[in-house]
Amino acid sequence: MENNHLTEEHNDGHVAEAHHPSYGINILVWIGLLSLTAITVAVAGINLGSLALTVALVIALVKSMFVINFFMHLKFDNKVFKIFLGICMLTFIVVLILTFFDLTFRN
Amino acid sequence: MSYNSDSSVQEIQEVHIHRDDFGSKMGMWLFLFTEILLFGGLFIMYAGYRYLYSDGFAAAATELDVLLGTINTVILLTSSLTVVLSIVALQKNNKQLSLFFLWVTVLCGLIFLVNKYFEWGAKFHHGIYPKGPALQNMSEGEVLYFGLYFVMTGLHGLHIVVGLIFIGYVMRQIQKDVITSVNFQKLENSGLYWHLVDIIWIFLFPLFYLIH
Repeated sequence: MENNHLTEEHNDGHVAEAHHPSYGINILVWIGLLSLTAITVAVAGINLGSLALTVALVIALVKSMFVINFFMHLKFDNKVFKIFLGICMLTFIVVLILTFFDLTFRN
Repeated sequence: MSYNSDSSVQEIQEVHIHRDDFGSKMGMWLFLFTEILLFGGLFIMYAGYRYLYSDGFAAAATELDVLLGTINTVILLTSSLTVVLSIVALQKNNKQLSLFFLWVTVLCGLIFLVNKYFEWGAKFHHGIYPKGPALQNMSEGEVLYFGLYFVMTGLHGLHIVVGLIFIGYVMRQIQKDVITSVNFQKLENSGLYWHLVDIIWIFLFPLFYLIH
C-alpha cells in the first residue's frame, strides 16, 4: 500500500517536469496544423451546403486540440488544468445552448 | 511516516528555489479562461446573429479575402511553433537559439498586423466601416456581420499587440539571464498567452473567411 501511494505521489507531482523537451514533435504538430489549414480551405471551395459550418468547426476543434495538448503542454501537464478547461468549455456550451433556446422558442 | 519523509524531501528540494512555478502557471491558465469566456461571448453573439441572418452573413463573407486570411493563419501557426521551439531551446540551455526563435515570433506577429492593416484599409477604402457609406445599402445581416468582424478581429489584433509586448519583455529577461534554463515559467506563460491568441484565430478564420 505504502509503495502504491508513493508512486501515485510521484506521478501527480512531477509529470509537468517529466516530459523531455524536443523540437521534432512540435515541428510534426506544426505540419499537421498546416495540413489541416490546407484541408479546411480546400473543403470551403466545395459546396457542402449546411454541412460546411460543421466541417469547418470540427477541423478548427481538432486544430485547437493539437495546439492545447502539444504547444500548450496540457497533455503533459497536471490533470487540474484539463479539469479547469473542461469546466470553462462547459460554461461556454451551456450559455450557447441557453441562447439558442431563447432564439428558437421566442414568439 | 514514509509519506511524511517523502513530502519533506520535496520541501527541501523546493526550499532553495524561492518561487512557485506551478502557482504561476495556474494563475496564467485562470486568466486564459477569462479570455476564453470574453471571446466566447462574442462567438455566441456571432452564432445567434448568424442563425437569425444567415443570408446576410453569407453575402457579407464573400467580401473577405480568403488568401489573406489563409496567409495570416499560416503566419500565426508558425509563430506558435517558434514560441514552443524557443522554450525547448532554453530548456536545452541554448539561450541564443531561444532568442532567435522569439525574434521569428515577433516578426510573424508584426507581419500579421501589417496584413491586418492592409485588409482593414481596403475595407475602409470601399466604405466598409462602422457607419460607413457602403453599409447604408446593405441588409441588416451584412451590417451585423461587419460589426462583428471589426470587433472580433480588432480585439484579436489588440491581443496580438499585447502578446508582442509580453514576448518583448520576456526576451529582455532572457537577455539579462533572469529567465534561464532552470527558471523559464515566464517564457512559458507568454507562450500560453500567444497560443491562446492563435486558437482564437483558428476559429475566427473559418467563421469569417471560409463559410459563405
